[in-house]
Order: sequence, then C-alpha cells, then structure tokens
Amino acid sequence: MSLVYAGVLSHAPGITGRADLVKNTEKRDEFYAALDKQRQEIEDSGAEALIVIAAEHFANFFMNNMPAYCIGIGNRYEGPIEDPAWLKIDKTDVPGSPDLATRLTKEVMKTVDTAYAEEWKFDHGIMIPLNFLTPRYDMPIIPVNINCQGPPLTPLNRAWEFGAALRRACDSVPEKVALVGTGGISHWPATPDSGKINEPWDREFLDSLMNQDKEALLRYTDEETYNEAGQGGFEIRTYIAAAAAAKGKGELQFYTGELPIFAVGCTVAKFSISG
Amino acid sequence: MSLYHLQKFLYELNRDDSVKEKYHSDLDALLSQFDLSAEENNALREGDIGLLYVLGVNGQILMHFAALLGIEWFDYLEMMREGINKYGSVRAGVYAMTGGGESYTAEGKEQ
Ligand SMILES: [Fe+2]
Repeated sequence: MSLVYAGVLSHAPGITGRADLVKNTEKRDEFYAALDKQRQEIEDSGAEALIVIAAEHFANFFMNNMPAYCIGIGNRYEGPIEDPAWLKIDKTDVPGSPDLATRLTKEVMKTVDTAYAEEWKFDHGIMIPLNFLTPRYDMPIIPVNINCQGPPLTPLNRAWEFGAALRRACDSVPEKVALVGTGGISHWPATPDSGKINEPWDREFLDSLMNQDKEALLRYTDEETYNEAGQGGFEIRTYIAAAAAAKGKGELQFYTGELPIFAVGCTVAKFSISG
Repeated sequence: MSLYHLQKFLYELNRDDSVKEKYHSDLDALLSQFDLSAEENNALREGDIGLLYVLGVNGQILMHFAALLGIEWFDYLEMMREGINKYGSVRAGVYAMTGGGESYTAEGKEQ
C-alpha cells in the first residue's frame, strides 16, 4: 500500500485570518465547502497519516541554512507561529509520525538528497490546510517543505523528481498515506500588490496540472513566473510535486479568482492515483 | 547594507516568543545582537513598515512584524505604498517591486 489520496489546496493566511472581511461570502462558503469535501475524501481514503508538501514562509529556515527539500520526522509539532488572533487559528500541538516519516525519508534519499528535521514550527502554510482537513488535529502529519522563498530555488524538474520519490516512498510502506501539495498559483502575497491574481495564468497552469502535462509544467522559468504570477507563483513547486506523486489525472474541484481578499486564486483539486 | 541581518532579526522575532518578550522588555540589547545600519535600526524602532519594505524585507517576514505592531491588513498594504512614494523603489532583496500603486482588494477600496 501506499499512497491512497493526493490533492492540492491553497493556504494563504487570509483564508482564515481575513474571512470576516470577505464581501463575496457566497464564493467564500463555496470554497470552504470544497475544502470540507477534501477533508471527507481524505478520511474516506482510510489514510493513517497525511503528508503536507508545503512552501514554508521563514518559520524554520532562514538564508543561513535553507534546504531545497525537507521532511519532518518529529513526534509533535507546534503552530501557528503567527499571532493566533491575526490568523484566527489557535496555537495547538499537532501529532507527527516519526517512525513512518523516517522510513519515507530513507526511501526518498535513494534518489533525492532531502534534509530532515525533528523540530518544525508550522506557519499558515501548513496550519490553514490542517484547519480544514484535520480540524481536530488527530491525524499524524508529516510536514514536507520545498523551498519556494529564498533563491536559489530548486528547479521545477527536481520538484517533479522529489514528488516521484515521495510516491515511491509511500508505496514502499505498509501504511495508508494521504498527500496534499499546498501552494499558491499566481499571487503577490504580503506586498502592495496583494490581491492581484492572474486568472488566465492560473487556469493554464491548472489545466496542465490536471492533465499531467509534465512538459508544460516544467517549461515555466522563474523569471516568467515572477513577471506573470508574482513571487507567490514560485510555490507551483508544491503542486508539481503532488502531481508527480499521484501520476494520475486531476479533477479541479474548485477555483476562483474572485476572493482577492484571500490574496490568491483559491484552489481545491484531487488526483487519481495511478500506477 | 545589512539586509540579511535585518531580515534575520525579524525572522527570530516572528518565530520565537522569548525574542518577542525581549523586544518589549529590552529592545536595545536585542538590536545590538544584529549587525544593522542606523537606518535599519531606526526603521525597526519606529515600526516604519514602508521603509522596511523599501529596504528589501521580504513581505512574508514583514507582514508578521506588522501584525505584531497591531497594524491592520489594509493599513499594512497602504504603509508599503506610502513607503514607495516616500523613499522610492525597493532598493534590494530578492523581490523587486512589481507594482505598488494600485489596490487589488475590492474590500480595501471601500474602507
Ligand atoms: Fe505561501
């Protein structure tokens, strides 16, 4: 067994933190409903642990020591690092899965030199997904990071290989494992351009992602991404890794560019798991 | 320029409650541990979000400092815009400014 679920979702801090400021509450609630459906699908998959491939935002790693890839093998994690009143998520303890995570890490290391960490503070990039997907914080979490913040950034083809390595690792263990990639598509978070969304760019990327069009996905250069999709666009690495892990085609369950207060095109999708 | 140290200070502040305590109780001692220019020191002391942005602090680090100072979201965005008007374009850092004039959040415009 193996990988039993793979999907992607957005993680911008406004999704919870600025929920009250939303004007288009109908769209917001549709988005929340799609996230809740994703929670249900993960529960129905029988997953015993959830891998979250995230793009952390200077919560653990700084430019003195910035791994391209890192896997959490800790027993417990804490989060959010953000002010709970600002993020509107209470500080909590999240269970890890040290034994499983260590076995997965060893398997990944056969092809990708990932870092690993026993200590990890979760920022909104993981807490937002958990807030919706494991709201009781009762599922063991294996945090995984791809550096999307501090260049030099890992090339997209390596992010793909990392996802493929995670898949091989999941298939090498007896446990049922679910995996989500969480990133942004086009967005300019935490800058004066916050709220800008390049919807055509997002839709083209999502099309390629859902169709497992590896060539199109790996063709993006960081320069193009930065110009058309902002610095937040670098987080496509997490989505690409999730697609590589799943191997099967995707189903876009929700996308909207109509919630600019969340500062990202809000996305929920799942992949079929294929051999 | 010591943008690295400026961001390092904010990184430590953002993630560590004991550093936050020190920030409130003995800011001088805390700041002395980082290799900062006078301009950076002042920007931190005065909570000059606009200048910090122009100096090149990554927004993912800066927005938490703004939250710590109790600055509301739309005010935070506005302070960065004002910083650009006052001090000019972003001077350094990974992310050169890509805009900064317009407001993209319909909710913000109405405030
Ligand atoms: Fe992010």
